[in-house]
Amino acid sequence: MLLPRTRGTALRQRLAELRGPSVPPKALDARALAALAANPGCRRRAILDGAGVNKATLASALGSPSAFGQSQFALARGNTFEARVKADGGAELLRLVHEKLDPGAVAPTEAEVPDLTATGPEGRTARTALALRDATTARAASGTGGWTLLDHPMLALGVAGSPAFLEPDAVVVHPDGSWSVVEIKSFPMLDGSADPAKVGAAARQAAVYVLALEEVAARLTQGGDPAPTVRHRVLLVCPKDFSNLATASAVDVRKQRAVTGRQLSRLTRVEDIADALPEGTCFAPDLPSAELTAAVESVPAQYAPECLSACELAFHCRDRSRARGAVTSLGRSVRAELGALTTVDDVLSAAHGRSGDPEDPTVAALRRAATLRAEALRGAGLTSPEREPQPRPEGAVCR
Amino acid sequence: MSLIATLARLEAVSTGRAQPAATVRHRHLSERPLALVPLTTAGEAGAPLGALVGDDRDAPRLLVVPQPRDRDLRFAFLAELADVVLPFIDSHADAVEAAERTEVDPETGKRVKVEVELCADAPQLIVPSRAGIDFVRLLGRSMRFRRTAEQDPETPHPAPPRVPLLGRWFTHYGERARVPGSALLLAMTDVLSRHWATGQSTLEDQHLGALLAWIDPPDGVSGAEAALRAELARDAKGQLLWPPAGPATDPAFDNKLLAPAIENYNTARTALAAAEDGEAADDRLAELTAAERDIRALVESRTRPTWDAVWRGLDLLRTLPEGAHAADRWTRDRWSFTGHRDRVIAGEPPQPRRDDAVTAANKLATREREQARLEAQEALDDPLVMAGRRLAGEAFAGEVTDVVMTYSEGKRPSPRPLVTVRTDDRPQLGERVKVYRSLGGKPQSAEFVRHEDVGHEDGPGAEGSVIVLRVLDKMGRGKEPEAGSVPEKGDLVVFTLFEHEQRGGAKLPDADQTPWTHGGPPGEEATKTVPEADPVTEEDVL
Repeated sequence: MLLPRTRGTALRQRLAELRGPSVPPKALDARALAALAANPGCRRRAILDGAGVNKATLASALGSPSAFGQSQFALARGNTFEARVKADGGAELLRLVHEKLDPGAVAPTEAEVPDLTATGPEGRTARTALALRDATTARAASGTGGWTLLDHPMLALGVAGSPAFLEPDAVVVHPDGSWSVVEIKSFPMLDGSADPAKVGAAARQAAVYVLALEEVAARLTQGGDPAPTVRHRVLLVCPKDFSNLATASAVDVRKQRAVTGRQLSRLTRVEDIADALPEGTCFAPDLPSAELTAAVESVPAQYAPECLSACELAFHCRDRSRARGAVTSLGRSVRAELGALTTVDDVLSAAHGRSGDPEDPTVAALRRAATLRAEALRGAGLTSPEREPQPRPEGAVCR
Repeated sequence: MSLIATLARLEAVSTGRAQPAATVRHRHLSERPLALVPLTTAGEAGAPLGALVGDDRDAPRLLVVPQPRDRDLRFAFLAELADVVLPFIDSHADAVEAAERTEVDPETGKRVKVEVELCADAPQLIVPSRAGIDFVRLLGRSMRFRRTAEQDPETPHPAPPRVPLLGRWFTHYGERARVPGSALLLAMTDVLSRHWATGQSTLEDQHLGALLAWIDPPDGVSGAEAALRAELARDAKGQLLWPPAGPATDPAFDNKLLAPAIENYNTARTALAAAEDGEAADDRLAELTAAERDIRALVESRTRPTWDAVWRGLDLLRTLPEGAHAADRWTRDRWSFTGHRDRVIAGEPPQPRRDDAVTAANKLATREREQARLEAQEALDDPLVMAGRRLAGEAFAGEVTDVVMTYSEGKRPSPRPLVTVRTDDRPQLGERVKVYRSLGGKPQSAEFVRHEDVGHEDGPGAEGSVIVLRVLDKMGRGKEPEAGSVPEKGDLVVFTLFEHEQRGGAKLPDADQTPWTHGGPPGEEATKTVPEADPVTEEDVL
């Protein structure tokens, strides 16, 4: 187990209370972890994910349902493609691994595909660790290695004090005993290049698997053997051009691994956040909306527009951020530009000379910008709104 | 984002309406653009689901692929698309005007003027969003290597005749859209957010409906509320009232409406294929037609709102006067169009999958040069953009307070008047830094001489600095400068620290002279032969 027993039990108890009675926990996946790592300052996301709260249900209960969903066409296509790549004992997959990651090794004419079925995520994690150990030690013992393919293994990673179970598409044990992660995606690789945004997301996801595998490897070191190497080049398998044939490319995830590792270690420990919550806080979706809102509001969030593509609660947090008049709701770069001025009203009143210290370089620059802008608009026969104050519409009111 | 743009966004938040981010329109809009609103199938590469296309806002042509995974239906769609787009392109290809181009004479190596044709206007293509541009590029890639039965009688699945040609044009348009300031292929969200600053982030500006809601909210509703409704409002069946601009569809639409409709279509088609006699076949054909009609209605219901939004965006953009230099950039687009027309007529092969080193370097150099040109021209056309440059210390405006005539030293003294400008701006001037102003559309250069003592406590560099410049050119050949070529006392002038016109870089070698550092010459077979078509496998259809 990842935590000392007593503390672990107490925390699990506490998290179950937060989740609400009779609500099953929602497991964290690598995609959620990567998103969490992209915004490590968000305590709201950390505690909700740590407690296994279903954020989509929660968002609907709060009245700001998330817009996430997956088209069944995309799902079907993804599954068909993955099945094709892994067909025939993973022959095609191993051929690609050999070609792109380890061309010096013996050709994978035959490979072991151990059975990894077990009950429950813990059982499957243990089964995976066992299979990895067997495959690795067998090679060290015999000296003549073959290939081993682990289809959908289960890995555990301690995140902010609670374990997350992860399921990579595949992990391959090379003849030299090193391990590598395989990620199968259904977006196309056109003439050898794919959509950089999607490749980036896949690389961040793979980096989480690499981190989890490294934990497993570190636990295998008993007996003085050196820990098996986890390769930092992962294999990204995609459909080739417009066909259903597989092609692959090695992706170096050292950077993503370092960033994600650092961000995950920075995540405030879930128990610290839980301790700071008022007694009796609960996120069960069947609570009255007002109570639920209060519970969610008791944990601070760090909203930025990037959340919209990564977090189910984003619309709720955006509403709050806008209502507060926070400038970050216009983008992180905007916030960075404005220094200590964090709300729309502060910035505008400083810009129009109603407040702020003129010695402050931010305020001085803002005033200069406001003057220049007004001058340019006047010259073009347009008006600048600060000349004629208007009643504020709802949604942009002061705190 | 510059501080002025940030300020505009904050003002939009506080007023509930988008604020101007430009005072003129920085992109040329054709009298008769062709709008294209495509939809694609989730999870498939280059499998279109349908599109609305046309140059008449009241009569778009609806094209639908009832079963996107069927290659034949996909080809039928592309052929129909070609029937709309290619005549539109051809209608612009024939009207030409004479123009001159400087070329290097291959025999003498001298630069000579050559009479060439330039198309009088170019066909402009408008898509709703940036993803639409990517989709045009993707469609272009998927079509241009296809072989028709005429080109290759052996090909197992020949493409309809005009499809490869459409692929080449789409590829050209997709590539051209990467050149800053070009207007051959425009994404409506990009152009709108260039001209208006909304009270939301740039990420949220990618939603055409929300963007329009900020710019032109319905009466009595703030932009923020209207944008929120455009993003999220759903009807009783859980469908978005303002569907995404595509090409990706909303998953709720795929799962609840489209999937059952496609299932129906499949069933009807299987039934038709299994029909035993003519009478049964007739009935089943009717069923198939009905199923197809359902899918057409669904696709139209998802594309029509976006179609209307695109035209509304065009209306809004047309309320702004066109910037003076937009026409100049459009002329470059016309050259680009004419160039590709000539390559097609000359029978050149389709664009390669990967550019050779020289072509790639040329493309990058063009984009860099056009970016610099765009930035300079936008600032000259638009005081609001110039304000941003002034804030950044890259330009200054002020009043001429003194002009002293001096002359250059040399055999023939030329006028080098010293002009004193009083400005509130804080340009980053160093010794002999060159500055430029626009004089009758041409740049006149001057160099910085010194900061003058202002005479009050602030000192140089502070507010109200006085700058002495020496004017260097555009004053004629005589000893006395031509009338109007030197600013006079009391004139309001704007000088920029950036150049107004971009010089081309050093010429790159010909492709067959590619140095070994860049892979060497591409070789015979790479340049001459027609690129291979994508291998067609049974796996094309799932």
